[in-house]
Amino acid sequence: MEITVTVNGVQHTADVEPRVLLADFLRRMLGLTGTHIGCDTTSCGVCTVLLDSKPVKSCTMFAVQADGRELTTVEGLKRDGALSSVQRGFKQEHGLQCGFCTPAMMLVGTALLETNPDPTEDEIRWAISGNLCRCTGYMNIVKAIKWAANERNVGEAVPEQRVVSVAEPQEVPAS
Amino acid sequence: MYPASFDYVAPSTLDQALDILADRGDDAKVLAGGQSLIPLMKLRFAQPSLLVDINRIAGLDYIDAPDGYLRIGALVRHNDVVASDVVRRSNHTVAHAAPWVSDPLVRNLGTVCGSLAHADPQGDWASVMLACGAEVVARKADGIRTIPVSELITGVFTTQLAPDELITEVRVPTYTGPSGGTYLKLERKVGDYATVGVATHLTLGTGGTIAAAGIALTAVAATNVKAVEAERVLVGATSGEDVFREAGRLAAAAADPRDDVRGSAEYKRHVVDVFVQRGLATAAEIAGAAA
Repeated sequence: MEITVTVNGVQHTADVEPRVLLADFLRRMLGLTGTHIGCDTTSCGVCTVLLDSKPVKSCTMFAVQADGRELTTVEGLKRDGALSSVQRGFKQEHGLQCGFCTPAMMLVGTALLETNPDPTEDEIRWAISGNLCRCTGYMNIVKAIKWAANERNVGEAVPEQRVVSVAEPQEVPAS
Repeated sequence: MYPASFDYVAPSTLDQALDILADRGDDAKVLAGGQSLIPLMKLRFAQPSLLVDINRIAGLDYIDAPDGYLRIGALVRHNDVVASDVVRRSNHTVAHAAPWVSDPLVRNLGTVCGSLAHADPQGDWASVMLACGAEVVARKADGIRTIPVSELITGVFTTQLAPDELITEVRVPTYTGPSGGTYLKLERKVGDYATVGVATHLTLGTGGTIAAAGIALTAVAATNVKAVEAERVLVGATSGEDVFREAGRLAAAAADPRDDVRGSAEYKRHVVDVFVQRGLATAAEIAGAAA
């Protein structure tokens, strides 16, 4: 059946069989391979996309269900060619190792900061609790999202150098 | 993993959906959140030839408490319950349970009513509803009926819903006096099924007595268990440790757990005992504060 879905602000119309999973629609039909497929059993969360701004598992949804709705994938996080604050946070705090869970973690982090601009560490951990990192690199993922929150709260216009010091005050070792 | 082929319809009104179910209910499945159904279809444990997607139907996503009931419509997601002030004001057991259902991503799609219709013995909501004496409203093209949740679930993944019936809401009776409730869940990790779940509900009467009590257990038998004996010993008794201990013992006796990867039967039975006592103590504290 024919569906029209807006993905990262671009409208796509396609003819899909009802059983095509949203994750496969994005990866195979639209070529957006940033959305990963991990467990394929609704357990790991690496296939996370934002459906009308809310994170959901795209392996547990049919593409036809997304007809007429708005999706954001990791490819849509960049703004005007520049990395988003959450993406910069992952770079800054080394929030990734193998990178497999990273698109999902960044989308969940983005959705969290939209509803809760200044989350506590517990709130960040709670928000990412549906997403597995197979490298177990959770510490830096949490820091990365916190970094992004701090940066956004200080203001996007602030030069990066100063933002870093706001996010994580450096202790000066006694000489 | 891919489901077998199926036809898909997404009606825009409830009447249309019910007509389709009347026509093809026998080999159709209703798709609400899909967070249990789609995994089963991918494993081909479920192979419906038609999916009736009710997500395009307006007006089924309400949470309200008009007269005597907290009502939760068919398209209310678990996370809607987490965020609901109406729920927080109306029922502590429901409010406690919501954040512990599955994981944050599943909670954005999965529905309360869908969970009840699915009747997974490890589902959290059925225990909550059993403890609180809730009922569902089931509709079909030419009729409507209410079914107490205690009668809805007839076995593992089995309910007494007819193929052409659809749960349009679950309604939880409003508290009739100072009340409290809890849902305690032991899980190995976020998103895992409960190793053990225990829902409690208490309403206090005069002079520190218990006017009404509800206890139900998750994942410790072939279906969710309403611990009737334990409830009976509570009603009329003086609220306190002694009777809670007896209720814990009776609830543990009502459980029929199995050894599995999540723990031994003996261990699970012990957790039921402890959780019932803890849950009731907290419920009594909440009720006492409301008195």
